[in-house]
Amino acid sequence: MTDVVIAGAAETDEIGVLPHHSTLRLHVEGARNAVADAGLRMSDIDGIASVSSPGPVMVAHALGVAPRWIDGTGVGGTSFLLHVRHAVEAIRAGHASTVLITHGESGRSRVGAARGAFPASSPNAQFEAPYGVTGPPSMFTIPLLRYMKEFGLTAEQLASVAVVQREWASRNPRARYRDPITVEDVLASKMISYPLHLLECCLVTDGGGALVVTSAERARDLPRPPVHILGTGETFESPLISQMADFTTSAAFRRSSADAFAEAGITHSDVDHVMIYDAFAHVPVYGLEDMGFVGRGEAGAFIAEGRTAPGGELPLNTNGGGLSYTHTGMYGMFLVQESVRQLRGQAAAQVPGAEVSVALGNGGMFMAAGTLVLSNHT
Amino acid sequence: MPTPETQPFFDAAARGELRIQRCLDCGRPFFHPRPCCPFCASADLEWFTTSGRATLYSYTITHRPAPGFEAPYAIAVVQLAEGPRMMTNIVGVENTPGNLVLDMDLRVTFEQRGDVTIPQFTPVEVA
Ligand SMILES: [Zn+2]
Repeated sequence: MTDVVIAGAAETDEIGVLPHHSTLRLHVEGARNAVADAGLRMSDIDGIASVSSPGPVMVAHALGVAPRWIDGTGVGGTSFLLHVRHAVEAIRAGHASTVLITHGESGRSRVGAARGAFPASSPNAQFEAPYGVTGPPSMFTIPLLRYMKEFGLTAEQLASVAVVQREWASRNPRARYRDPITVEDVLASKMISYPLHLLECCLVTDGGGALVVTSAERARDLPRPPVHILGTGETFESPLISQMADFTTSAAFRRSSADAFAEAGITHSDVDHVMIYDAFAHVPVYGLEDMGFVGRGEAGAFIAEGRTAPGGELPLNTNGGGLSYTHTGMYGMFLVQESVRQLRGQAAAQVPGAEVSVALGNGGMFMAAGTLVLSNHT
Repeated sequence: MPTPETQPFFDAAARGELRIQRCLDCGRPFFHPRPCCPFCASADLEWFTTSGRATLYSYTITHRPAPGFEAPYAIAVVQLAEGPRMMTNIVGVENTPGNLVLDMDLRVTFEQRGDVTIPQFTPVEVA
């Protein structure tokens, strides 16, 4: 089986508030940076993956790429982790040799961005929208009270997720919010969607990034240390949040992570670094449990005790996460970027000796999941 | 906008009935309306009228209102006595954390919104 690696990874020059950048420009800038990072030229790219819009065809066209392989899988913010998984198989099958995966989103400035409404005849529009949902803050948050009741998660433990991620962000000059915060600050911030306060909700930013995936053999001549893709997983649970099987656990997180761990042949004790999609503070709580790093109901205390904080045993969301670093709307690309930086030893808040990193992406509101197990060795 | 698969649900709601589907092969009821059973993929389905009883499974109280809504209000998911869950609003009681206690008993009520009638739920103790 061909060993496949991430040979290039880069974000846009700037992330944050970029009203003068079109969505297409964000894709193109991230792509050019990632291909340069890999030590390649755009003419070396023969596979392309991206989410609409503008979509892989538009992006490839803009870059002058003539692909032999195209993937437009779109399952929300975790799509890019699925693109990595699909690229691995495409390269093993010989359908492409070097795949470019791009993300760009004008999530905050909404430049050239499509409004993400559900089609009028969709189940979402018929059976959820009439009840006054206003996007992720009023939907992604609905399962949380059930979890709090079942497992006794406290408001203070939940707030500590934001506090700890701000600790990481304070070490990262590119993070949007870097000033330290306390549990009291979080609980005193504006209520957005009970029980979640403003500081427990992600940023809304503009930005992008891209990845170059190729064979280990092809990467041998390239400048960057390769990041090996040891295991991957992908799945979905339900396009309607109301139809999740159990509001205290994500079946999608569990399935995609179990597959990725099994394929990689690793155990939890092998993992040095974790990235979990944090659109809201409760998502890493679910993620830690659903990936199996802690038992059911244990994640809140685990985070509140500082065990995912700088110096803790399981460094989590070391870029500051969607809560403090950046969140364009489809944050998954930034999970992978930070995993790659950690494994290359070039992260702003570097975890000493990190060799195995796991990234768990969420799509929609607990709709879909993708998991990658990455390492700087085979 | 109802589709051929969902029209019976809205027709029933307009009559003041909460009707959902059940699979005739595996026997399990489900929501939302769809062309085949989500448990066994059978297309052999029937509609039936539920008891209208439910319990409060979970909710959030949004402070950023959708058009036509006045915040704060709860967006809830209730568990029907027959098993399936559905999204709804809780009416007849001020939507505060103190008033909305998980697992509280609810019963269905209906509200016309433009062309369609949608089910909502109200606490049994209030009713
Ligand atoms: Zn069935």
